[in-house]
Amino acid sequence: MQTREQWRGFRGTHWLSDINVRDFIQNNYTAYDGDESFLEGPTDATSKLWNKLQDLQKQERAKSGVLDMETEVVSTLTAYGAGYLDKELEKVVGLQTDKPLKRAFMPFGGIKMAEEACQTYGYTPNPKFHKIFTEYHKTHNQGVFDAYTPEIRAARKNKIITGLPDTYGRGRIVGDYRRVALYGIDYLIAMKKADLANCGCGAMTDDIIRQREELADQIRALGDMKIMAQAYGFDISAPANNAREAVQWLYFGYLAAIKTQNGAAMSVGRVSTFLDIYIERDLKEGTLTEAEAQELIDQLVMKFRMVKFARIPSYNQLFSGDPVWATLEVAGLGQDGRHMVTKNDFRFLHTLENMGPSPEPNLTVLYSKRLTDAFRRYAAHISVVSSSIQYENDDVMRPVWGDDYSICCCVSATQTGKEMQFFGARANLAKAMLYAINGGVDEKTFVQVGPALRPITSEYLDYNELLAKYDVMLDWLAGLYVNVLNLIQYMHDKYYYEAAEMALIDTDVRRTFATGIAGFSHVVDSLSAVKYAKVKVIRNEQGVAVDFETEGDFPRYGNDDDRADEIAVKLLHTFLTKIKKHHTYRNSEPTTSILTITSNVVYGKATGSLPDGRKAGEPLSPGANPSYGAEQNGLLASLNSVAKLPYEYALDGISNTQTISPDALGHNVSERAANLVNVLDGYFSQGAHHLNVNVFGTEKLIDAMEHPEKPEYANFTIRVSGYAVKFIDLTREQQLDVIKRTCHKEM
Amino acid sequence: MQGRIHSFETFGSVDGPGVRFVIFFQGCRLRCRYCHNPDSWKVDAGEVYEASAIVKKALRYQGYWGKEGGITVSGGEALLQLDFLTELFRLFKEQGVNTCLDTAAGPFDPKSDEYLERFDTLMQFTDLVMLDIKHIDTHMHKKITGFGNENILSCAKHLDAIGKDMWIRHVLVPGLTDDEASLSKLGEFVRTLSRVKRFELLPYHNFGMFKWQKLSIPYTLDGVVPPDEAALERAKKLCGIL
Repeated sequence: MQTREQWRGFRGTHWLSDINVRDFIQNNYTAYDGDESFLEGPTDATSKLWNKLQDLQKQERAKSGVLDMETEVVSTLTAYGAGYLDKELEKVVGLQTDKPLKRAFMPFGGIKMAEEACQTYGYTPNPKFHKIFTEYHKTHNQGVFDAYTPEIRAARKNKIITGLPDTYGRGRIVGDYRRVALYGIDYLIAMKKADLANCGCGAMTDDIIRQREELADQIRALGDMKIMAQAYGFDISAPANNAREAVQWLYFGYLAAIKTQNGAAMSVGRVSTFLDIYIERDLKEGTLTEAEAQELIDQLVMKFRMVKFARIPSYNQLFSGDPVWATLEVAGLGQDGRHMVTKNDFRFLHTLENMGPSPEPNLTVLYSKRLTDAFRRYAAHISVVSSSIQYENDDVMRPVWGDDYSICCCVSATQTGKEMQFFGARANLAKAMLYAINGGVDEKTFVQVGPALRPITSEYLDYNELLAKYDVMLDWLAGLYVNVLNLIQYMHDKYYYEAAEMALIDTDVRRTFATGIAGFSHVVDSLSAVKYAKVKVIRNEQGVAVDFETEGDFPRYGNDDDRADEIAVKLLHTFLTKIKKHHTYRNSEPTTSILTITSNVVYGKATGSLPDGRKAGEPLSPGANPSYGAEQNGLLASLNSVAKLPYEYALDGISNTQTISPDALGHNVSERAANLVNVLDGYFSQGAHHLNVNVFGTEKLIDAMEHPEKPEYANFTIRVSGYAVKFIDLTREQQLDVIKRTCHKEM
Repeated sequence: MQGRIHSFETFGSVDGPGVRFVIFFQGCRLRCRYCHNPDSWKVDAGEVYEASAIVKKALRYQGYWGKEGGITVSGGEALLQLDFLTELFRLFKEQGVNTCLDTAAGPFDPKSDEYLERFDTLMQFTDLVMLDIKHIDTHMHKKITGFGNENILSCAKHLDAIGKDMWIRHVLVPGLTDDEASLSKLGEFVRTLSRVKRFELLPYHNFGMFKWQKLSIPYTLDGVVPPDEAALERAKKLCGIL
């Protein structure tokens, strides 16, 4: 490809001859070693827009969480003309529908759900859609349920596997939206056309046929992206010529994704350092000031704060607070050892000061002790004042995913533009343990769900007997789980293919198959209780274990006690090994995760009493967090326990959320930030993967729960497992759960 | 060597510089009316630990300490187990760990040369002393803790004389330790010391009250409200901190 005016001043060669954004970044970014003193406040336009948006958010909250919904138009790339928050003030334009915060009608995942979402909030979709998407065209949801077996249905109904993406988009695919800015759409189309020409040798096997059809869909989507941008007066066929265009082009790429897919996670990806290259060039050319640069980032972030999907109540129970996981990363190191912190990484974090705390975008710091002191301190400072960011260990992810990975959901890494993920749901390992005790009979519904093995009948549980039976039950669960996901991913590819996102990913794509675990800490503590104390089984008349009496003390996960922590490591390894035994769809690579989002409350409701003392119906501990009340040795002992879980066993992520009372972190903001840096350094240098940091006391949470109308709580953001929410948007049940979780406060 | 331990806190961030592993010793003779750890009073209670075992436990957290942090021994009153404490700090210093002693100096005996010698040996292995002065006036000190403060003020002077860095801490209890004259006098005294690196006023809190109830010891500060920001600022001014 010849060089072009839009690329003036850029260095490097590989990225010119092929699509290679990583090579472009490595050759052109300017590492920034300084501190935050260069940052600028919001411009008038930004402040006005932000006030306007906050006003709409207030109206949205007053209308039970939904401001407006589409009932007449099915969302596609070109379904709408231009829509604005305020055309005169916006430096970055583009809405999902024709109005801000209006939720699109997206029936391809499942017409029933699209209709139910509307009806929940008092809207009636045009009845013709029902006819179209039941009589004339099938949806993903229909396909999945056509193929489900009775065994799968029972497992789903009894919630041993929960959160299956069988009614909405699977999400977790991050298009490389930077490609739109760097290359322009025409070049991307040309490259995909070349791929199509080279796809297969002429023998039409089903993988080749499918690939050719998908490529055709991708090429069509790219063409539609141009039409979508034209509605806003932009021609994105050529590369972006300056920073403002780069931001706008990139955002159009993302907008294409969120207009066509309602995936549970719709990440933005690693865009900060990339955009900084354009901003640096404009600053040098004298065509942009720092205040204008910040304005672009503020307004881009404001767009990410506006992403909305129409959801049904059962979805909201699982993933509370209306999240979309517009996850966006800053920092990290390059393979050559240079840190990748740019001024733009400061600018993105600074949006939380310019526009206040916010759950979206899900700002993620790719952390390493080798990042500069100034940056680590600034990030910690932002945590202390906003509780809105999360940290992930670049030193454990970089060796696996390279230096251009994005976070595709809450915490899971994926190589940007090279990879996609088949994700879905979590297996409830705590429930599986009860199935092992009860011979596959569900402890809540008393239905035979798992294999009818012989139940344990002894008065006291025997460790070896329990382990042996649990192992068989996990074999069953892992197999069933993988097969459900295989089926779902097949149907999703068939009926709800992500053409726009996949158009911005290499044709020769690597696929991972991401499973997940729920109830982790409770299984560990329960096994420890059976091993180190005496656990008596309380059975009902039918002989089903419904409760346990534990006599004596036992080590618990979360105290840096190897006796419990070794059980934790073994449990994780066992489950991953069992998952890996099975064939996974499209030769994807199986991984697992210990992260539950807010679904720990729903999972807990469906899970009976456990030997660790957790009573039936109580929330499970979120993610890889130790159980409530188990941590008896303070924050760092808890972190040390979690840090023992090897990242290699859970490449999809090990989520840990900790809340620290400000008074327990230091006397003032700067001391708190300095201490938080020490905590992060200590935790991540042991190979831990992820940490959500909240800095507030329980008093504030209780007050916010009782007085959500107070203006200071309108944007009060807290980190939960792998994402952030506005606290007042949680259900009361979840608020109580958050309050109950250990708040680390020194006595 | 063995000692009696009340408990451990892996994440101390207001117990000396930086992030610190805090070791609470068992046993204290003072009976401070606002004590938030009355369960640490009994001298023959707690759990018995080898000094080396404590070092091993603490070093699990070395990665969190950064350049400033380390370990802090608090209580209870750590000086009641002076020889054990010295052995413990010696072992920590062997590992290059920053050591901090949080004490009210009740057992400090300036009249005994033998004691001072043992105390100075401890100081060889101590990087920082956080000295808690409950009250500048000895009568009031006795009213609050059951003991006078002469030896405690002597301890401050002694630390100054041997050139040991210290932080002075004073708990601000409304109606008990916050009158104007005493705070000014305390400020004056602290200004006579040259090695004071920090002078802190800690606002009284009643988080420990439930422990008194649990131990069936009558709590005499019922109804005392923790000082607010303005009261704290006023007190700081009187002490000359601001």
